[in-house]
Formats: sequence, structure tokens, C-alpha cells
Amino acid sequence: MAPDTNVPALEVHDLTVAFDRKPVLWNIDLVIPQGKIVGIIGPNGAGKSTLIKAVMGILPLSSGYTKLFDLPLNDVRGRISYVPQRESVDWDFPASVMDVVLMGRYSKLGLFKRPRKADRDAALDCLRKVGMEAFANRQISQLSGGQQQRTFLARALAQQADVYFMDEPFAGVDAATEKTIITLLRTMAQSGKTVIVVHHDLQSVTNYFDWVIMLNTRLIASGPTQETFTQDNLQETYGGKLTLLADVGDLIRRESFPQREKKL
Amino acid sequence: MNDFYIILTASLVASSCALLGCFLILRRMAMVGDAISHAVLPGIVLAFLFSGSRDSVTMLLGAGLIGVFTTFLIEFFHKKAKLQTDAAIGVTFTWLFAVGVVLISIFAGKVDLDQDCVLYGEIAYVPLDLIISPSGTNLGPKAIYVMGIVLVLIIVFIVAGYKELFLTTFDPAYASAIGISTSLWHYLLMSAVSVTTVSSFESVGAILVVALLIAPAATAYLLTDNFKWMLVLACAAGILASLSGYYLAVWLDGSIAGAIAALSGIIFALAMVFSPTHGLFFKKLRQVAH
Amino acid sequence: MNSLAEFFSFADPNIRYVVVGSVLLTASSAIVGTFTFLNKRSLIGDAIAHAVLPGICLGFIVAGTKNPLVLIIGAFITGWLSLIAVDFITRKTRIKEDTAIGLILSVFFGIGILMLTVIQKSGNASQSGLDHFLFGKAAALVGSDLYAFLIVAVILLVVVYILFKEFALMAFDKAYAKSIGYPVRTLELILTSLIVLAVVIGIQAVGVVLMAAILITPAAAARFWTDRIVVMVLLASAFGAFSGLAGAYISFVAPAMPTGPWIVIVISTIAFVSFFLAPKRGVLYRLVRQNNIRQTINNENVLKVMYQLGEENKNFFIPRHLDEIIRRRKYEKRALQSILRRLLHQGYVEQTGNLWSLTEEGKKKAQRVVKIHRLWELYLTTYMKIAPDHVHEDAETIEHLLTPELEAELEKQLGYAKLDPHQTKIPYQHE
Ligand SMILES: Nc1ncnc2c1ncn2[C@@H]1O[C@H](COP(=O)(O)OP(=O)(O)O)[C@@H](O)[C@H]1O
Ligand SMILES: [Mg+2]
Repeated sequence: MAPDTNVPALEVHDLTVAFDRKPVLWNIDLVIPQGKIVGIIGPNGAGKSTLIKAVMGILPLSSGYTKLFDLPLNDVRGRISYVPQRESVDWDFPASVMDVVLMGRYSKLGLFKRPRKADRDAALDCLRKVGMEAFANRQISQLSGGQQQRTFLARALAQQADVYFMDEPFAGVDAATEKTIITLLRTMAQSGKTVIVVHHDLQSVTNYFDWVIMLNTRLIASGPTQETFTQDNLQETYGGKLTLLADVGDLIRRESFPQREKKL
Repeated sequence: MNDFYIILTASLVASSCALLGCFLILRRMAMVGDAISHAVLPGIVLAFLFSGSRDSVTMLLGAGLIGVFTTFLIEFFHKKAKLQTDAAIGVTFTWLFAVGVVLISIFAGKVDLDQDCVLYGEIAYVPLDLIISPSGTNLGPKAIYVMGIVLVLIIVFIVAGYKELFLTTFDPAYASAIGISTSLWHYLLMSAVSVTTVSSFESVGAILVVALLIAPAATAYLLTDNFKWMLVLACAAGILASLSGYYLAVWLDGSIAGAIAALSGIIFALAMVFSPTHGLFFKKLRQVAH
Repeated sequence: MNSLAEFFSFADPNIRYVVVGSVLLTASSAIVGTFTFLNKRSLIGDAIAHAVLPGICLGFIVAGTKNPLVLIIGAFITGWLSLIAVDFITRKTRIKEDTAIGLILSVFFGIGILMLTVIQKSGNASQSGLDHFLFGKAAALVGSDLYAFLIVAVILLVVVYILFKEFALMAFDKAYAKSIGYPVRTLELILTSLIVLAVVIGIQAVGVVLMAAILITPAAAARFWTDRIVVMVLLASAFGAFSGLAGAYISFVAPAMPTGPWIVIVISTIAFVSFFLAPKRGVLYRLVRQNNIRQTINNENVLKVMYQLGEENKNFFIPRHLDEIIRRRKYEKRALQSILRRLLHQGYVEQTGNLWSLTEEGKKKAQRVVKIHRLWELYLTTYMKIAPDHVHEDAETIEHLLTPELEAELEKQLGYAKLDPHQTKIPYQHE
């Protein structure tokens, strides 16, 4: 697979996502080029996780579409990887670090096949990249927050994808882990991978990201960090909701209104 | 020999239940398992009426269907009627169970089932229902064959779908992200639970199946952090409960199924206190040592 | 219907006992169950129901007879014990709550079954009837049972009456109740005791397994009819009482039928009917409503097309042929005709031969839709920075939805703008 480097890594077109009919993302339009480290920023409840999940096909879309490398999701699933929010799983689960990282190989393995030596080697290699090779046989219930995050990262790496979506990988991790992760992301971007990261620490945005997506139910801005991460845009992103928009959203839910009218 | 037959049947039931129970409790679906085990009753009665016998393929198929139907109904009430999950479970299984009991009374003459059997089975009669070969040799109780086949099926299911079951249980969002259908595996698992419940029904009754679904798996969960070991230990806990439960029942002259359930609870309690890794006793000890 | 008359004359004291007993049991369980339901603890009720069985057996072993008071005390003890066990397991180990509930429920029940079968074989003659607790015995209630029930029911009602406000607030917002100084822990303890009490008497009607139904199902049904807790409690108890009565009647006409399961079937039927048919929350109601909305959308879209055609011709009232409309917006001819007929009926269009034209009313309505459409497009481009070529789709929905208040707010926020993002004029009514 020699990806054409000119097509955008991600294109989101007119995307609306609703829970219980109320839109939490409203008409999002954006295009992300390849090889960038992209930060998604916005206040709590802005729909950052929802955007990632919608792109990954975990949530149904109310309208619009998304394309990766100019192709629909199902044609490129093998090239996309996802790191969920750390709290989204039960870390008391009886599994070892190796078990979790091997999950990254499942999509390549297909049904009924078990992981082989080659998969284990690949997994171990990924663990090495995140500095966790010594923990391969450790139970996940014994990991610290930072180690859990590294494990998840290693699982994503094991998928050998071209685009990585990460939900708050820096949340609640120690400084050393944060440094390891960002160094790793930079290496990945240099080799042409695209990394899209939900982030909440505004201090480090300019330092970490080539590109930012500023989100608060609606898209405020998406573009190269230098031009986009401005005081004005920050003001708009964090300066409260548009009350009219919120009222209309509530109305849609209350009235059980169809999201998009069906064309006859 | 009768002792052996009964214990073997109970152990087969316990192993099937324990294996599935591991997935149920990790998916936080213990109560859905409980619901299914009640809800299969009308399916059993109807299959009985249509096929005229207990251990037919019709019954297993019917059971698989009604189990899936129950899960579907719970989801329907939750999603479409906006009923909270716990209430959706409670309303669904009590209704189906009540329908089952009423069907039993309506067809009392035609269906060889009674209310007590529904609750705690008739494992003591297992040795009476033998398979005799055409030449007249005794091949052993039928229940052992039925439960043996079910156990083999479940093991095949788990071995074949191990990756998918493991992943959809641990991290469903990631599973769908890499293109594994969580709802497919959900429904497959629920069908397996229904089939096990129905085939175990005669031996331990609809309610005590729940004890074998949950208690051994919960015991194993406190003993190990390795999922494969958890499956093995759950089976071991289930078999231990069957064995000790049988002798307790014989000693007290009471219900075998009841005694097995009681002992599975006691084994859980022991694990809770004395597990080397997660037991309360050793945790306390470690705290004191610090 | 002789049997009906005979039943409702209540001449036979046995019928009186059964009716009063069943109604008392189901209604009081439903009242307590409403709070269980609202606290999202429905399955706890199920656990308690199973866990009282060993207590009853214990009570019997201690007393040697079926003394109702001793049995109730025994049931009360193990019922409580089960709750403590669930709580302990969830807090002290990594076992999750649902597993703990299922575990305790089935293990306690197993112990109960073991004890029951041991007692049955012990040769104590007075044990017969103990197994009524498994499936209930509403049809076999006698006078002396009633006194025990009556006392318990009165206790339940009085406590719920006195603490109604507190229970309601706790169900609604526990954190808030705590913050304003309610003794939340004590109140929970009292409520749980009430559940245990309700279960202890309720299982005599429907039995252990089905007890959860008479606790939760009436509340679940009532929830669909009201948003007010008082009304919900009253409705739930009425539903419960009705199912108790119906169960008693069924076992009167068909003595071989088990009363408990019938009570549950009746109450479940009430619940299903409520899920589907209740106004506002019912599934069917919402479907019908969706359909109405769809019709409105279709109506307004046709009016809108006619209005836009009118804009082009600078005359809104030209009669038009169906094809003219279809050229603008794809419709099946038959569908369009039926929409137009609906509009005719509502007075928004007129028909002359096979030509259709807007009425004054129709023009006004269409103008509002077009105005909101264009205003919303403008809102999206100004406030949400969405490109002008991406706003149409969204406006297609919103144009049918806005209330007059939101419409006014929208106009105000946009400063009564004259032009939409595509530089088309926004039509206001007064012009
Ligand atoms: N499963 C869900 N059901 C209903 N609402 C949800 C669900 N998940 C998220 N939401 C709502 O969607 C909005 C966006 O959530 P999310 O994408 O998680 O925000 P963020 O990740 O930016 O903090 C929030 O208002 C949240 O309440
Ligand atoms: Mg988030």
C-alpha cells in the first residue's frame, strides 16, 4: 500500500450527530491533510469524543458523510486505528498487557485464526516503542494510569495503520509518559502517519500540534495551528454555547422531529 | 453408579454454565442471564406441546430463539419505550415466566412438567432415563449425552470465537472500530446462554441455573487475572460445587440442586476471603504488614 | 355472566378474604415498588424476594409451626441480610453490582430450596403449605392471614404517607437531598425495610419468583401516564389493585389456575398497553406524532415550492399545473395530489380544474417557512461559520420546526437581515 500523499487523510462533510435526536455535533465540515499531528480541542461536552466515534463508525450519523483517503470507512478500516478514552474500559478485566496489545492484530488475522509468533513479535516491538517491553506479561489491573495509556497506544501501533484517532491520551498520565507519547507521535507524523488527538491542555497546544480543530457543538475553526489557534477562536470555543442553537436542539428532541426529512 | 451419573450430569451443567458465566459477568450482563433463564420457560412448554418430548432438537432451537427474543424485548423496552434497563429486565422476565407457569397449568395433562421441577429440577431422576442400545446394553443416562453435547458445543463456540468474544467483552468500542460486529457476538452469546439454560433446565431447574452461571465465574474472577485461567477455574469451582453439593444433599436428604447452589455460594465466600490475590484476608494481612 | 355477579356480590366469605387479601398485597407492593423503580433499584426487589425464602424456612424451624409473625421475622432477617451481602461484596471486592445481585439472589434461593426440601421430608405435618411461598397462594387466603397482611399494609401506607416528600426528593435527586440536610442514609434504610416488608407479604400472593413483577411492573406502567410522583404512586397502586382483583376473579372461575402468575400476566398486560398507547410517552403515540410531523413537512414543502415559483413570476397567486411543481421538487404525482388535497381542505390552496393556486392564507404560511429557511441559513453562516453551500440541508429541517418565540429570537439575533447568504431576499410578513 503506497498511499497517495495528496488525498486528504480525513474529510468530514456536513456531519451531524445526534443523541436522542438532539444534535451534539452540528454541520461539521473539515479536511485534514496527511502526515499531521492534529489536536481536537473544545470544552467538556463539546462533542470531541463524539466526532472521533462518528468517524470510526461507532456512532450512527444523522447526516453527512466522512471519507478517509477519499474512500468510505469500510474500504479503509485496516488503515485506521483508534485509541479510546482510557476510562472507557474496565481495567479490572482479567487480561495481560500482551493480550491487549495483540488485539491490535485481530483485524489483520480475521475470524477463527489465532495470533502467531509473528504477531507476538510485532506486539512486543510496539511495546518496546512505548517503553513497556518489560511489562508484557503484567496483568492490566496492576498498571498505573500512564502505563495503561501506553498499553492502549501499543495496541494501536500494532495495527500498523495510517491514521490514528486518540481520545485524550494525555489525560491523567505522568510527565514521562506524556513525553514518550509526544515523541512517538512526532516520529509517526514524520513517517507520513496522521494522528488526530483529543486534547484538553491549552498550554501545550502550540507545542504539540501542527493542526488544530476547535470544536463546540459546531466547528469554530480547523487549520494550521499558527493561524487557527488564535485568541478570537479560543474566545469563541470556550465562550459559552449559542443559546439559540441549544434551544433548537432541545426542540428537535422534544418534538421527536426527524433529523433530516426524507426526500420523496 | 447412580451417584456417579448424577454428579457427572451436574458437573457437565456446571461447566457449561461457568464458561458462559465468565463472559456474562465481565459484560455486566449477569442479570440478563438471570432473565433469560426464567424467560425460556414458555418456550420449553410450547416446544413440549409441539414435539411431545423433552430433549428434542425443537426444544433447543426454540430455546435459542426465545433467549434472543428476550434480549431483544429488553432492548426494545429500553430503547424504544425508554424504560430504564433494570425495570425492562424485571418486567420482561417476570411476564414470560408467568406465561410459562400458566401454560403449564393449562396443559397440565399434556405436559410432563410441574411447578417444582421448574424451580429446582429433578436431577435425582437422571439415572432413571437411560439410553438402551438395540441389543439391550445400558449406555447410561440420556441427560449425560445431552449435557455432554451442549458442553462440547459451548467449548467449540468459545474456542472458535475466542478472539472476538474476548475483544467485544473487554472493549466493544474498539471492536466496532476495527470492524467486529458487537451485536452479532452479543446475540450469539445470548443464544448460547439460552441453549444451556434450557438443556440444564431438567437437571437443576430454571432458577438454580442462575447460581451456576454466576457464582463459579465470580469465584474465578477473584482468583485470577488471566482470562483463560478464569475459564478453567470457573469450571473447577462449578464441578467442586456439584460434587460437594451432591453429598450435602444426600446427607441432609434435601434438594440436590438447592445444595449445589448453596455450596457454589459458600465456595465463592471462601474465595472472597482467602483468595491469594484478591482475598479480603490477605489484603488485610498486607495492610497490616505495611 | 353468573359467576361475575356471584363474585362481585362478595357473599362468600372466602371470596371476601381472597379479594381483600390480593388487593391489599398488590396495591401496597406497588406503592413501595414505585420508589424502588424511581431509585433504579428494581432488581434489588427481585433479590430480596428470593432471599426471604431461607428466612421463612428458618422461622418455621424455630417455631415449629407456620406462625405468620415468626415467618415474617425470619423473612425480614434474611431479606435484610441479602442486601447487606450485596452491598458488602460490591464494596469490598471487584465484583460489580449486577453480579453480586445475581449471585446473592440465586445462592440464597438455593439455600431456601434446600431447607424447604429438608423440612418437607422431616415429617412435620404442619409444614404443608410452606411451598405456597414459591408460587403464592392468593386463592387460598384465610381470615387469619388477613390480619397479618392488614397490619403490614397499614404500616407501609402510614410510613410512605408520612415520609412521602422525603422519598420523592431522594428518588429525584439524592445528592440534593443530602445537601439540604436530609438524613439520606436513614431514609434509605427505612425505604429498604419497607421493600423487605412489602416483599414478605407480597410473596404470599404471587410467590418468590414473580414478586419483582408486582413491585416494579405497576410503577413502570404508571410512569408512562404521568410525570408527577403523587399521581404515579396512586396510578401504580390502582394498577396493582386491579391486577390483584383480576387474579382473584380468575382463580374463582377457574380454580385450577395459579393466581400469582395470572396477577402478573394482568399487570404486565397493563404495562404493555401503557408502553404502546399512553399519550406522550407511548410508542404508538410517538409514531403517530412522527407521521403528523412528516405530513406537516410535506404540506409546507409544497406550499414553499409554490411560493418560490410565485417569487420568480412576481405573482404568488398564479394557478399552476402539477408538473410545474414536480419540476421544482421531485414528487410522485399521486403523493403530490394527496398533499394538495390536504392543503385544499385546510384552506391553503385553491383548485380550478387541474390547476392549483395559493390562497392568501397559504401564501402567508409559505412565506413564513421560506423566511425561516433563509434566516437559518444566514444564522449558520454568520454564527457557525458554515460555508454557504452547506447550509441548505439543515435549513430544510429547521424551517418546519421553529416555534414563534424562537422565530422572533432568530430575527432579532440577525438584526432583521434583508438578504440570505445566497443574496436572496428574506421575506418578512409586514412587507
Ligand atoms: N451515549 C450518550 N447518550 C446521550 N448523550 C450523550 C452520549 N454520549 C455523549 N452524549 C452527549 O453528547 C455531548 C458530547 O459528548 P462528548 O463527545 O463525549 O464530549 P467531549 O468528548 O467533547 O467532552 C455531551 O453533551 C454529552 O452529554
Ligand atoms: Mg470526551
